[in-house]
Amino acid sequence: MIEAFKDYFNRTTETVTLAFFRLAFGLMMLFSIVRFLSYGWVEKMYIKPQFHFTFYGFEWVRPLGDFTYVLFLICGLSALMVAIGYKYRIAILVFFLSFTYIELMDKTTYLNHYYFISLVSFIMIFLPANAAYSVDAYRNNAFAFQRVPAWTVDVLKLMLGIVYFYAGLAKLNSDWLEAQPLKMWLPMSGGMPVVGSFLRENWIHYFFSWSGALYDLTIPFLLLYRKTRFFGFILVVVFHVFTKMLFPIGVFPYVMIISTLIFFESGFHYKVLQWLFSKLKLDTSRFENNKVKIQGFKYTNQIKLGFLAFFMMLQLLIPFRYLLYPGELFWTEEGFRFSWRVMLMEKSGYTQFKVIDAKTKEAIHVDNSLFLSPFQEKQMSFQPDFILEYAHYLHDYYKNLGYNEPEVYVESYVALNGRLSQKYIDPNVNLAKENESFKHKTWILPFTDEIKGL
Amino acid sequence: MKKILVLLCFSVFFAACSSSDSGSDSSGDGYDRTALLTNWADNIIIPSFEDYQSKVTVLQSEVVNFNATPSEENLVAVRTAWLDAYKAFQYVSMFEIGKAEEVALVNCTNIYPTNATGIENNVTTGTYDLMLLSQYDKQGFPAIDYMINGLGTDDATIVTFYTSNGNAANYKQYLTDLTGRLKSNADLIVNDWTGSYRNTFINNNGNAVSSSVNRMVNIVVKNYEKNIRAGKVGIPAGVFSTGTTYTNKVEAYYKNDVSKVLLNEAVKATQDFFNGKHFSSSINGEGLKAYLNYLNVIKDGQSLSTIINNQFTTIFGATALLSDSFSEQIFNDNSKMITAYDELQRNVTFFKTDMMPALNITVDYVDADGD
Repeated sequence: MIEAFKDYFNRTTETVTLAFFRLAFGLMMLFSIVRFLSYGWVEKMYIKPQFHFTFYGFEWVRPLGDFTYVLFLICGLSALMVAIGYKYRIAILVFFLSFTYIELMDKTTYLNHYYFISLVSFIMIFLPANAAYSVDAYRNNAFAFQRVPAWTVDVLKLMLGIVYFYAGLAKLNSDWLEAQPLKMWLPMSGGMPVVGSFLRENWIHYFFSWSGALYDLTIPFLLLYRKTRFFGFILVVVFHVFTKMLFPIGVFPYVMIISTLIFFESGFHYKVLQWLFSKLKLDTSRFENNKVKIQGFKYTNQIKLGFLAFFMMLQLLIPFRYLLYPGELFWTEEGFRFSWRVMLMEKSGYTQFKVIDAKTKEAIHVDNSLFLSPFQEKQMSFQPDFILEYAHYLHDYYKNLGYNEPEVYVESYVALNGRLSQKYIDPNVNLAKENESFKHKTWILPFTDEIKGL
Repeated sequence: MKKILVLLCFSVFFAACSSSDSGSDSSGDGYDRTALLTNWADNIIIPSFEDYQSKVTVLQSEVVNFNATPSEENLVAVRTAWLDAYKAFQYVSMFEIGKAEEVALVNCTNIYPTNATGIENNVTTGTYDLMLLSQYDKQGFPAIDYMINGLGTDDATIVTFYTSNGNAANYKQYLTDLTGRLKSNADLIVNDWTGSYRNTFINNNGNAVSSSVNRMVNIVVKNYEKNIRAGKVGIPAGVFSTGTTYTNKVEAYYKNDVSKVLLNEAVKATQDFFNGKHFSSSINGEGLKAYLNYLNVIKDGQSLSTIINNQFTTIFGATALLSDSFSEQIFNDNSKMITAYDELQRNVTFFKTDMMPALNITVDYVDADGD
């Protein structure tokens, strides 16, 4: 057993694969940051709103006012440094920290693919991705290796595989297999040329739902095996181009298409980088030094490998944490985030908050738009942890205005996956007295329907 | 390697072509929004405003008559014209877009309770500018209500304010100014619609946040939520004041026995708009109902348009149990008011959480990535 482990960790692969991924990842992240800045979203999402929804345990992570731009600048710069492999270890560490900080500032903007980027950049801190085709390796031959341990590439494949496979598992529920929410979403693009009229067809909704689930579940394996790899990649391109055309999902399709290239043979990555470097008139001969970076098994190496193995194990477990909660996951969203539940449900809500002075019984009906951006209000209206945090904010706000022990109640309705809206939060519970925790939130009213499956 | 690169280029090209990055304008759902807007403009909005304009014109001429010969008979005539115009207003108050938005139609036409002290003050001093924001609660139908129903307990007493009262000339002038302001607003709006605005409205047929369909739906729903549900029922019934009721905050408080009529008209107007029903005709054209049906929006096995219309039926069932005077209803049995409020509220949630997401009309615009 131990021998088998050692055997595996002693296996090596061409560094060029890792270098290719590093370059592609760094450039995509740079593009992503520039895009975010160019849309004015920093101002809109992080500077303008007077209140931000925080992650439990990370309440101290806040936007930095105008310095938020500096944070984005640092993040973009470190992405560029990662891309070219300049002071790589520091660069990827700074990228991971700055990017993750940005994502933790306000959970309104939470997206699974941002989480994916945080995880990948965290893993990359431990990988010798600068051992070839990098400024570091160019300047210092001691850093340059033509071959590196194979696990350094495999761990990234595993991460990608988890994303797809778990996204597929999450689709194995009665709503998705009965074509919800695609039944609601696809007709919204019914005006598209050529395919538009099909998007209103019921069988297309089913076809997209079932093939989407099948795609997610099988794609990691299709990409792993040499014979099916190219076919798998065609599917990757078709799938992500389609989602890009149908939904506003930003850079995610590009990130996934480019990332899956890591599954190809190193010969492909070699050709791409050779072509690129020759265009840039850069010499690559020094990277072909036949040096092999051998995996060490010293105490520190063991800790590092053990830690990464533990980290990947967590990735396998975290998406299943929802099983610890009672009630319907889609309804309570307890354990919904960080689980690769991507584009799984159509949920919309309506909330009317009421703040009551405990002494005078004076009541105020809150106009949410005075406190929240439209985006924040939308996200808040159907997620219990948002509703709770906002209720506490209202409590503090009105307390400052001189209200005696303000009580906060909410009348809320939520519609989920083609069901008619129903009452969501117990209107008789004073939310100011409830606290955030990992425990089940008893003040969420029960879901009146049942969704079967994972 | 070549094949892969070709595939990559192809994907970038396609994705770039379809780029709806900011989500603001995609090719849409294929529903003919031009036909929808045309029906709204030509068969609903413009005829409703023209009807309102003509009713206001009648009111104005009745006021001229009354001022020339202040008599109980002429007072009754003013009152009838006032109620007709007030009812017609219920059909246009939800169309606060374009010129109506510019002049703040609802604010200068139907703010209640009206400020009786302020009105008396205006009459006494004779110096006021109804264009000012501070004058919103001293004009419009509620102010006229006070002037023709609230000055005394019987018609004979009321008429004396326009005859023997020391300020009679000022009372007459104020009544003239109130109706004049209603008339000038109605004229401005109708002229704008029959002029260039109709085409502006129809040509803005996209599905961005600023498009006519998105804006109109947002405005109509907001009117239903704030002016009808809250204003006409919720606020007087104490829904927003932990049970403290306000019998004086009902619509048309001084006339007092028409608050139900006005509520029913307003709800009916909203339902007609939802169904795309032509003004004062039984023909149904393109509307939100047709739009929902086109997208085949089914909720719990029933089409959403039917659910919403059924809810309107339930609402009318609840309001039928109310007294013509909401003041009396609140005083005698407020629970029926609360029931009516709850039924009205149900359609707010149907509109906002069920209909608007299905039509991809956001409650105000959200510009960001999803996943």
